[in-house]
Amino acid sequence: MTLSLDVAKIRQDFPILGETIHGRPLVYLDNAASTQKPKAVLDSLRHVYEHDYANVHRGVHTLSQRATDLFEGARKKVKDFINARKIEEIIFVRGTTEAVNLVAQSYGRSTLQPGDEILITAMEHHSNIVPWQILCQQTGAVMKVAPINLSGEIIMEEFEALLTERTKLVSVVHMSNALGTINPVKRIIEMAHAKGVPVMLDGAQAIPHMAVDVQDLDCDFYAFSGHKLCGPSGIGVLYGKEAILKAMPPWQGGGDMIRMVTFAKTEYNTLPYKFEAGTPAIAETIGLGAAVDYLQAIGMGNIAAYEQQLLDYATQKALEILSLKIIGTASDKGAILGFTLHHIHPHDIGTMLDQLGIAVRAGHHCAMPVMDFFGVPATARASFSFYNTFEEVDTLIDGIKQIIEVFG
Amino acid sequence: MFDEIRDLYQEVVFDHNRNPRNFRVMEDATRKIDGFNPLCGDRITLYVKVNNNVIEDVSFQGSGCAISTASASLMTEIVRGHTEEETHGLFELFHKIVTGEDGRTNFEELGKLAVLAGVRAYPARVKCATLAWHSLEAALKEDAETVSTE
Repeated sequence: MTLSLDVAKIRQDFPILGETIHGRPLVYLDNAASTQKPKAVLDSLRHVYEHDYANVHRGVHTLSQRATDLFEGARKKVKDFINARKIEEIIFVRGTTEAVNLVAQSYGRSTLQPGDEILITAMEHHSNIVPWQILCQQTGAVMKVAPINLSGEIIMEEFEALLTERTKLVSVVHMSNALGTINPVKRIIEMAHAKGVPVMLDGAQAIPHMAVDVQDLDCDFYAFSGHKLCGPSGIGVLYGKEAILKAMPPWQGGGDMIRMVTFAKTEYNTLPYKFEAGTPAIAETIGLGAAVDYLQAIGMGNIAAYEQQLLDYATQKALEILSLKIIGTASDKGAILGFTLHHIHPHDIGTMLDQLGIAVRAGHHCAMPVMDFFGVPATARASFSFYNTFEEVDTLIDGIKQIIEVFG
Repeated sequence: MFDEIRDLYQEVVFDHNRNPRNFRVMEDATRKIDGFNPLCGDRITLYVKVNNNVIEDVSFQGSGCAISTASASLMTEIVRGHTEEETHGLFELFHKIVTGEDGRTNFEELGKLAVLAGVRAYPARVKCATLAWHSLEAALKEDAETVSTE
């Protein structure tokens, strides 16, 4: 097997990977929930606070200028990372969830009429369901849900049939957090645009695993979180096409989003600041820029190729366990292995694997409709990152076999 | 391999998980309640027959992890024949034991329930152990709402 990455060297970049849990080396396989942080990111946070910290966009003093330069430098890095046309199209938010809520409350609330439809899919995370439900209650719009098949793929004929003249927005997950499915988003966007419908992509899971080019995709909105991308928590990105963002009303009011305020009237700031009220997550944003630099040095293509090898290996090993059922078997799939064991609840699996130093997620993964569809209360989920190894997959598989033995 | 975790997963727990007691629908229940743990998706439907302030029968249906299933199964055995007040006392005692609130190490008065004392070392699993008990408390209060451990 040819490895495209020097994983042993990469692991040296992540201090936490040296931890022991219950006396065993940590095997961190909960990357879909959040990724660990490389030294480059940790150092950037420390450096900002020790040398460059002040509030941004305000002071004439040196530190404020330094902090502003670093903060705006991170915006440029993110713009290049996803190949946006302009830095004005990069809005900093707290995370993917906030980005979806921003689009719902600004774009959705200002444009939707009673009877208008928002089209999502049956594999969405709660954060790409609930903001639209709230919006529907506010506007009288209706949420439509495109069904999925037993492999965990969107049934495209049904999706197309649900795309009508009433559809005013499509919001679809790029890669499913519960199933690993990578959706045919380019095709979805083409179909929607053919009917004049804008498309939002929830990129929380996709962005750490593949190169994302928003111009190539031609999506209208793209949302992701920094903490799943080796960056700090509390910072995320909403990409939007400039023309749409310009037409949207502000979402939150406060500092930074204004140009001039009198008690009679407020003139709003230009993009991207119109959507960035209040002091932002300054150090976290700069840390996200460091994470982007780090990942680009490795190369998203290399990361995608290596993780695919890891997933294929884990899938093949998992299939050898008779009482194991993989939930999510799409033909195009990212490095997520969701599974159930006959007669053993995922929560018990999670606790027992933890005893072996293995961190997995057990639960409904904030996708309860997906669990209902597959008729399971929950799944166990091992999710991989480029710093995971084939040996760690072996440790996981061995752990699962031991659990089956203990439960009898 | 799993030596340490044997405090949590004792043989009695495995036994009650494999063969839960009183795992049935009760047609003549005087109270019925649905309990739900949104964190892990555990669901329980609890049936209680109360006569003259005494719990004559308790049964349950549902799906959950080994800890929640064993806890529900053990509970149905233990509370039968007790008054509502005594049952409330058992709930409070059990809650203290699994949360480690009182710091005690002697669980004699809990009888068989003591096998669940190991849960105190696993804070993430306390909700699994208490779902059935919270549901019973609510049923005795005749609270019609679905019980959630959140």
